[in-house]
Amino acid sequence: MPERRRIAIVPARNEEAAVGRVVEELRAFDPELDVLVIDDGSEDATAASAAAAGAAVVSLPFNLGIGGAVQTGFKYALEHGYGTVIRLDGDGQHDPQEIPQLLGPLARGEADVVVGSRFAGGNGDYRPPFARRVGIRWFARLVSLLTRQKLTDTTSGFQAVNARAIRLFAADYPHDYPEVEAAVMVVRHRLRILEVPVRMRGRETGASSITVLRSLYYAIKVTLALLVGIFRRRVVPLEEG
Amino acid sequence: MTPLFVSIAASIASVLLILVVLELIRSRRLRERYALLWLATGVVLLVLSVWRGGLNTIAGWVGVTGYPPAVLFAVATLFILAVLLHYSTVISKLADQNVILAQKLALLEQRLGAGEKR
Repeated sequence: MPERRRIAIVPARNEEAAVGRVVEELRAFDPELDVLVIDDGSEDATAASAAAAGAAVVSLPFNLGIGGAVQTGFKYALEHGYGTVIRLDGDGQHDPQEIPQLLGPLARGEADVVVGSRFAGGNGDYRPPFARRVGIRWFARLVSLLTRQKLTDTTSGFQAVNARAIRLFAADYPHDYPEVEAAVMVVRHRLRILEVPVRMRGRETGASSITVLRSLYYAIKVTLALLVGIFRRRVVPLEEG
Repeated sequence: MTPLFVSIAASIASVLLILVVLELIRSRRLRERYALLWLATGVVLLVLSVWRGGLNTIAGWVGVTGYPPAVLFAVATLFILAVLLHYSTVISKLADQNVILAQKLALLEQRLGAGEKR
């Protein structure tokens, strides 16, 4: 089998100030890497600044939310036959220099989904505000319980996934805080998920799109989705072996 | 005091509502986002049905002295109104998005058609 191509997918909403640099850094990191920016209904020049930096751009006609935007990327990857997707945020908090850490386990066939974790391996200089820390811990516990595997950073959007996981995510991807539910989905489909420690940068520009009340709403919603999700049928049949 | 039979019947109805909503989520016919209000309705009604003393107290607060289960109907009605109002906003958003999609599709089709004629 010929080596299949890799693509970086970058969801971005109103990130005109940051997304151009993200794309440039990705291209500087690996000129062979294709870069797709999914402009999730931005009102600013996100699409133009991504395109100017040399990315392919898909502009959604209105805001779909992070899950819908990322899934658009997985569908694109599936349609164009990419073998690996690297997923990172459009705000610049994920450093392309860390990508090799994510690709290693994929290349060695140790996992189907590799998640860059701010907490794994104890490089814990990241201390989020209290409310967020509670949420992060709650989901880490719950997801670890449901997957019977220790996961520490279930909301991390810095991931690399192989062709099997691309197929799954193109068929079904959750909506809000999609990584949390996706981790459980992955394990239910007997794919392997693995965390590797990475460093993340602070947000360069823009404000995080999350307020306290909304976080509480999302926490309840995602918890409900996780618990009901256990009883769902699989969307993609299990593979042999 | 709420008659025991009314309390039991209302509890069964609330549990059924919760189970139906959960099954709809499981089978992907209802998104979690739109199920939360229904679940809240079910849980509140269940609590008020089971907890007869509580229903009595609340009935006293709002001046319902004759028949406490009337409060149950009032609460159910309020929640149903909330759900309906919520769905009206959801439908409005869908209608807006539908217009955007139709316009975008028509513009794309026109562009494709223009390309063919050339």
